[in-house]
Amino acid sequence: MNRLRRRRAALQLALGLAGLGLAVIALGLGDYPLTPAQVLAALTGQETGFAHTVVVDWRAPRVAVALVFGAALAVSGALFQSLTRNPLGSPDVIGLSTGSYTGALVAVAWLGSGRLATGGGALIGGLVTAGLVYALARRDGAQGFRLIVVGIGVTAMLHAFNLFLLMRLREEVAMTAAIWGAGSIGLIGWDQAGPAIVALALIAPLVVACAPGLRQLELGDDAAGGHGLKVEPTRLAILALGAGLTAIVTASAGPIAFISLAAPQIAQRLTRSAATPLLASALLGGLGLLAADLVAQFALPVAAPTGAVTVVLGGAYLVDLMIREARRLR
Amino acid sequence: MRPAERLRAEAVTLAYGRRVVAENLTAVVPDGGFTVIVGPNACGKSTLLRALARLLPPRAGQVVLDGRSIASQPTKAVARQIGLLPQSSIAPPGIAVEDLVARGRYPHQSLLRRSLERDRTAVARAMAATGVSDLAEQVVDELSGGQRQRVWIAMALAQDTEIILLDEPTTFLDIAHQVEVLELLARLNRQGKTVVAVLHDLNQAARYASHLIVMADGQQVACGPPAAILTEDLISRVFGLPCLVMPDPVTGAPLVIPRSAERLGPIA
Ligand SMILES: Nc1ncnc2c1ncn2[C@@H]1O[C@H](COP(=O)(O)OP(=O)(O)O)[C@@H](O)[C@H]1O
Ligand SMILES: [Mg+2]
Repeated sequence: MNRLRRRRAALQLALGLAGLGLAVIALGLGDYPLTPAQVLAALTGQETGFAHTVVVDWRAPRVAVALVFGAALAVSGALFQSLTRNPLGSPDVIGLSTGSYTGALVAVAWLGSGRLATGGGALIGGLVTAGLVYALARRDGAQGFRLIVVGIGVTAMLHAFNLFLLMRLREEVAMTAAIWGAGSIGLIGWDQAGPAIVALALIAPLVVACAPGLRQLELGDDAAGGHGLKVEPTRLAILALGAGLTAIVTASAGPIAFISLAAPQIAQRLTRSAATPLLASALLGGLGLLAADLVAQFALPVAAPTGAVTVVLGGAYLVDLMIREARRLR
Repeated sequence: MRPAERLRAEAVTLAYGRRVVAENLTAVVPDGGFTVIVGPNACGKSTLLRALARLLPPRAGQVVLDGRSIASQPTKAVARQIGLLPQSSIAPPGIAVEDLVARGRYPHQSLLRRSLERDRTAVARAMAATGVSDLAEQVVDELSGGQRQRVWIAMALAQDTEIILLDEPTTFLDIAHQVEVLELLARLNRQGKTVVAVLHDLNQAARYASHLIVMADGQQVACGPPAAILTEDLISRVFGLPCLVMPDPVTGAPLVIPRSAERLGPIA
């Protein structure tokens, strides 16, 4: 094993332990505080009273959702960034979240404001947007830069359309839609978290199966094809998986920005690794969303939606990225 | 009659969208030979190589490998017979040499079946053959141009194919490193590999090729042993360059000496 791989393995272990540690702390935080020892007792079933109810039924869904959704968003970002070979080529930048919002708004406007309508609308909206961006960018195979430019254009158009829809909705319906649109994982219980987590868990092995193909595509289409990869079908499958991950998360929790943009890049910098490391991105994404959600709940004077915190943190990251790029180009 | 060559293009029409690069082009790759393709810029050398490697499906005609149309054979099965070093490849940022070379093992791997032992041996052998074993843990971006090119060749060798196609393997290298790469290819050829390379330098082509393919405007204008086909007339027709051809005092291969820097323009 060479030095770069050793570094990556050590980092993955550290990130995994940090995520578990933070999860135990998070499960103890709230109006009924618990020590890590009490949390572990509740989790292992040694403690079955009120503490068990608080930890397992009330707090665990939110923590599990933060870890799993964060990981899913980060992997989605890693897949897209790796395909486009561009740190900006993440699903939120090329319009998937905005398209999910459009889908949710359309569903709310015409089908009613149930969770199923928003969720279903968001899922379809995200996937349709992904298909649209791919179709528009495709010409002799979707090339990275074109995908991003087309995606940014589609995002802008959908954004305008979303505002238009919001204006036309009745006030209370618009409020519901806007709350969803802020992106929050706090309103999710096991009944909603369960199906989403199962769906994501079903996609995970497919991502693992696609990983060698992704590594080949990083070498350029001709080298990958010369190694016997079916270039365009593989690219399409990876795009579909990435779009599916983001769409499922967005359908359940609303748009949560910047995890998919920042986590893969930070993971790459930390591992100093080739392109975007999938596992390290996933671990960092879960950790990041959990941390952002804790900030949203406890560190602010009033509790805020998780999406608002990731936007602020992500904005800071984007400024940092741009300053670095500007320095590098000077 | 001797058996037909393993790899050949039969009357292929090659095109990108509406841009037709070659029509009715036939070319053969002699088994065990060192084939060099030369020709002016944009005449279709890379396009032919991509068709031979099954990357570009012919619009008409067919590329034949072992008696069957290459398009009807699975991509990975073809990739176990033919290796390709494309004109431009991308080294993922921060990748270590041995990890990049190992990516050439892809056609021998599947989700369910993978021999780590054979992968390791092939990677080690490829790095040894190209003299990059000592660089195994280094980051590819930090290597010199000559070292990096040898790493790319190592990746193609790790593929462990009998036929290897290389698109401009010497471009961007200084003269010493060009010769180093060509000597490496010649050695691989002597050890039994069928080598096909696109080169720009006619003298290097004449010196190393056992079989020369001269292309112009999507057509094969001449093919055969360099000494037999490389004439003043051919070069002035294909490259629009008046020149003198005489035997190389070192090797006896044809030596091309341009008469004037002024070009007369491409053939009509
Ligand atoms: N992907 C492509 N799309 C359209 N035209 C292409 C493409 N690749 C190459 N060409 C065109 O095909 C012709 C032959 O290209 P190529 O085979 O790369 O030439 P060579 O390798 O001999 O310099 C050129 O005119 C080039 O512009
Ligand atoms: Mg070329």
